[in-house]
Amino acid sequence: MELTGAEITMRCLADEGVEYLFGYPGGAVLHIYDELFKQDRVKHILVRHEQAAVHAADGYARTCQKPGVCLVTSGPGVTNAVTGIATAYMDSIPVVIVSGQVPTHAIGQDAFQEVDTVGITRPCVKHNFLVKDVKDLAATMKKAFYIATSGRPGPVLVDIPKDVTTARCEYVYPDKVELRSYSPVVKGHSGQIKKALGLLLEAKRPMIYTGGGIVLGEASAELTQLVRALGYPCTNTLMGLGGYPATDPQFMGMLGMHGTYEANMAMQHCDVLLAVGARFDDRVIGNPKHFFQEDRKIIHVDVDPSSISKRVKVDVPIVGDVKEVLSEMSRQYAAGGTKPDAAALKAWWTQIELWRARDCLKYDRASPIIKPQMVVQKLYEITKGEAFVTSDVGQHQMWAAQFYKFDKPRRWVNSGGLGTMGFGLPAAMGVYLAHPDSQVVCVTGEASIQMCIQELSTCKQYRMPIKIVNLNNRYMGMVRQWQEFFHGNRYAESYMDALPDFVKLAESYGHVGMRIEKPEDIEPALKEAFARKDQLVFMDFITDQTENVFPMVPGGKGLSEMILV
Amino acid sequence: MKHIISLLLENEAGALSRVAGLFSARGYNIESLTVAATEDATLSRMTIVTTGSDDVIEQITKQLNKLVDVVKVVDLSEGEHIERELMLVKVRAAGKDREEMKRMADIFRGRIIDVTDKTYTIELTGTGQKLDAFIEALEEGAVLETVRTGASGIGRGERILRV
Repeated sequence: MELTGAEITMRCLADEGVEYLFGYPGGAVLHIYDELFKQDRVKHILVRHEQAAVHAADGYARTCQKPGVCLVTSGPGVTNAVTGIATAYMDSIPVVIVSGQVPTHAIGQDAFQEVDTVGITRPCVKHNFLVKDVKDLAATMKKAFYIATSGRPGPVLVDIPKDVTTARCEYVYPDKVELRSYSPVVKGHSGQIKKALGLLLEAKRPMIYTGGGIVLGEASAELTQLVRALGYPCTNTLMGLGGYPATDPQFMGMLGMHGTYEANMAMQHCDVLLAVGARFDDRVIGNPKHFFQEDRKIIHVDVDPSSISKRVKVDVPIVGDVKEVLSEMSRQYAAGGTKPDAAALKAWWTQIELWRARDCLKYDRASPIIKPQMVVQKLYEITKGEAFVTSDVGQHQMWAAQFYKFDKPRRWVNSGGLGTMGFGLPAAMGVYLAHPDSQVVCVTGEASIQMCIQELSTCKQYRMPIKIVNLNNRYMGMVRQWQEFFHGNRYAESYMDALPDFVKLAESYGHVGMRIEKPEDIEPALKEAFARKDQLVFMDFITDQTENVFPMVPGGKGLSEMILV
Repeated sequence: MKHIISLLLENEAGALSRVAGLFSARGYNIESLTVAATEDATLSRMTIVTTGSDDVIEQITKQLNKLVDVVKVVDLSEGEHIERELMLVKVRAAGKDREEMKRMADIFRGRIIDVTDKTYTIELTGTGQKLDAFIEALEEGAVLETVRTGASGIGRGERILRV
């Protein structure tokens, strides 16, 4: 039987096993919404802004092993979604975006709600398609899911003109697709792995540095096994937190611009570095020239060849699936007789412990004003480290990364690459839908939360009992911090006057609001909020306005040139 | 250093803009870019002349390979290869200059393909360097207009780029 393009679109999503579709209707996608109405296999979540649709799909994808899917209309539907798409792209998150387009005969005529969607999104998607013939629709949808989820994942957009949604053809959803131009490498070269292991075992001062690739590649267990077997220190990037258990003694904390003193010092002074699923970006190694003042051998494992030797020259490149490579490394280590140099390793750990003793994350615990670090620490204790934590971007994000100890992957959800304010709340919606029985917390600030505050309405509609921890310092804290350090305390436009009463705001959306102003009230407030299992609670913590994030590697400086508290 | 990169890509709408967009987004140089369909209508062959350090060229080839529409990439400069470019040049050819211009075209093995009382249009094929040399050799002010295709490249001998 012949189906319309709209029916085919919905059938493809259902056949792909899509559970939730995050979207917002509009003219160009009305036929698809009509088909959505007639079926019950795919559940639709109506967001209040298309940016949130993509963030929610993204949050969903980050916390389960499935791609997130969204549906937006042409023109402004797409341009609103672009921030979400770019966010997913920078963090390699598998998201499939279906967008409506004006009818094929109107393309290029500056039609109502027309934009060059494929052109606008090209630089921030893994791939995109414009479907001009309904006969190509099902195969294109299959390709989109395949490309989004394989190799180094990423967002893929399928643009469907309105007349294609009404045209008819036979529906066959292909079982699999093959693309002659796309075949991600899976298995790492075993000779290279052997060489890497040899280097690692010769190391006097080894260091293991891992990123989001461990989380995306489901390689956390393999990493933990190898790190423990070798007895080497391990650090995670902002995107990699949870890849290695944070409470393990071999864990050095996060590295980078706001990484721990010990992680950054060990990174700078190691003689052999194993980098896995990470990309040596500017927030991680600081100034590359300074980084290379020290001599070290680098082994780099990544599924994406273009990540290797992009910012730093590598001695042993290994292209492959990180899970495969790490388990092969462990296998070869167990089979070979060589052990690490115990004496050198002992001396290295002694040095590391001296760095650790610097206690770089200390803050004034006796302060009469609420310290934001204290809030995150209490949150960690009360949720026993088991919550899914999303964040926005700024100081609160760094404190959440520093003080919430993630022992498991896929628990920490933040916009690491693009640094998108407004990400936290919609991402938490996606996380909640993926894990409805878990605690989902959005750690945010009063500036970030206002960038997607409208989603409180979506949360009400679908009864999402997310807990919002708003670290309210009445400043764009990270901007203020930079202005304090580098711009002579000239706080240009970083103070936000006329903030809303967040308690009343939450209540107006039908949620629970709380304002917490004293340190002794932090714990009771959090306990009460989590006791309200079926309600969204907006906790507005009035925090110290002057608190800064330490340590800090200033822009352009080297890793060991941290500003310490 | 100058590199000639050849690629095969899906002959689909937008494939060219993906390649061009990659170069502009990542700040790579393009000296010239030519593209046309191959004997297999589903594939286009593109030749890009670019400059950069070895690290940059390595990134360029990796990033090109990453594009979903790109089927194969080869840096022709890594081995023996042939490079050809076509130029059409319209020159002043009046009075005493007329004979001289004909002679210059002959020396460079160019062909005069269009003639008026005052101009010749010369067709010239060769490496980019040869075309540059021809322009250099002409008297200042002799050139009225030039159009160049950019280089096309192919490997020597058994070196073949195909699917």
